[in-house]
Amino acid sequence: MTDDLLLKVTGLNVVFDGHKILEDISFDVKKDDTLAIIGPNGAGKTVLFKCILGLLPYKGKVIWASGATIGYVPQKLYVDKDVPLTVDEFLSFKEKDHLKVEEALIKVGFGSDNLHSIHRGSRLLGTKLGVLSGGELQRVLIAFAILGRPNVLLFDEPTSGVDISAEETVYSLISKLKEEEDLTIIFISHELEVVYKYAANVLCLNKEKVCFGPPRSAIDKTSLNRLYGDEVNFFKHHEHQHNG
Amino acid sequence: MGASSGLLGSFMVLKRMSLVGDALSHVALPGMAIALTFSLNPIVGAIMALTFAVFGIWYLGEKTEVYSEALVGVFFTASLAMGILITPEPELLEALFGNIENINLFDGLVTICGSILIFFGAMKLSDRLLLGVVSEDLARSMGVKMHKVNLAYLLLVGLVVALGVKFVGTLLTGALVIVPAVAAKNMTKSVRSFQIMSSVIGVASAACGILVAQSLGVAPGPIVVLISISAFLLSLLFKN
Repeated sequence: MTDDLLLKVTGLNVVFDGHKILEDISFDVKKDDTLAIIGPNGAGKTVLFKCILGLLPYKGKVIWASGATIGYVPQKLYVDKDVPLTVDEFLSFKEKDHLKVEEALIKVGFGSDNLHSIHRGSRLLGTKLGVLSGGELQRVLIAFAILGRPNVLLFDEPTSGVDISAEETVYSLISKLKEEEDLTIIFISHELEVVYKYAANVLCLNKEKVCFGPPRSAIDKTSLNRLYGDEVNFFKHHEHQHNG
Repeated sequence: MGASSGLLGSFMVLKRMSLVGDALSHVALPGMAIALTFSLNPIVGAIMALTFAVFGIWYLGEKTEVYSEALVGVFFTASLAMGILITPEPELLEALFGNIENINLFDGLVTICGSILIFFGAMKLSDRLLLGVVSEDLARSMGVKMHKVNLAYLLLVGLVVALGVKFVGTLLTGALVIVPAVAAKNMTKSVRSFQIMSSVIGVASAACGILVAQSLGVAPGPIVVLISISAFLLSLLFKN
């Protein structure tokens, strides 16, 4: 493994109950990269994430560079409204030092410049996790992830469960964090637009590796067809009927 | 006893395992019956049967995709059926309904030591258990060994049930664990206050229950449960 590599995945295979979920996946992630993983539903994106986090059994090799510390932001969580767990208590699972917690919350956009929002920040600490809006919960989860001072952040669909106006905020927050904290980012997305805008590299996944490289060269007609083939055809068919 | 069952109950409510304690209490029955047959102390039999059941539930939960709740259901009905068959009749009544007046010095010591162990064990597991309630994946990504945490937690639940059975009987032990927690959840806005309140309600209903039962000359078990249920009804008024 060379010095500039952060993660090397070789020949990764995952089988559940006799079904192949991932087949022979190999790719490298360089330090300071922003890698997007795209693919249709059921392509194995989340499974791939869980394998590189060591949460699922697999065959093949997943090697992290020594000194890699990972912050993980899981796909939208469903915390019931009546679970009396406050933001403060949740963040304290990772960091007991209040100053560091506040610092992390400011970094993700809670309570920055004016008094009003600082007040909002402290009120946020006493709020139950289950009553936060999708965007707020996502930012709290990001704060949780950056509390351990990681050098790589993994996001599983950072904007699922977030409304459109907050979506943009989440992605610009991710790219801001990347610049300020010198982070490597790996994120799962299904929005091509976001991939073009924020990712330096893309891994297209549909049980197997369909394409890999900078988005503008890696994503072409052939790879899109292999990714979303049926859906694209269905869409065209539907459109055609509509015009007729 | 009240404090430790109340505290443990708070996790059970959050983990959506409210009925697990109730169901587990029935597992104690055949253990007590076997202990009686061999002239051992029933509390020892109960602890052994519950430990066995907890390991079984945990193992199957880890290895198969069946929910703990469903597994507990299977263990529970099987044990209840066996327990009723093999428990001698006079003891059956006591095992089902408990009898605090029959608790000897040994039982008392086991209960006190066990309760202290449960209380501090639960406090130690607290952060990891709660993180697991939010997301097991998130917890595991931070290196928390969730399967070990879950096993330790289930063993504590087994122990609290074993201790409770002698006190209020298999039929009502579940209430001892769950009712204070459900009542506390209605009144609190953070986990810390939830745990404190749940323990306090547990202690208060046990103490009041025993006193009231003594003055009325009735069995304390049901009175303790009824008092905690009235705390639950009161808590509905404060529901946030």
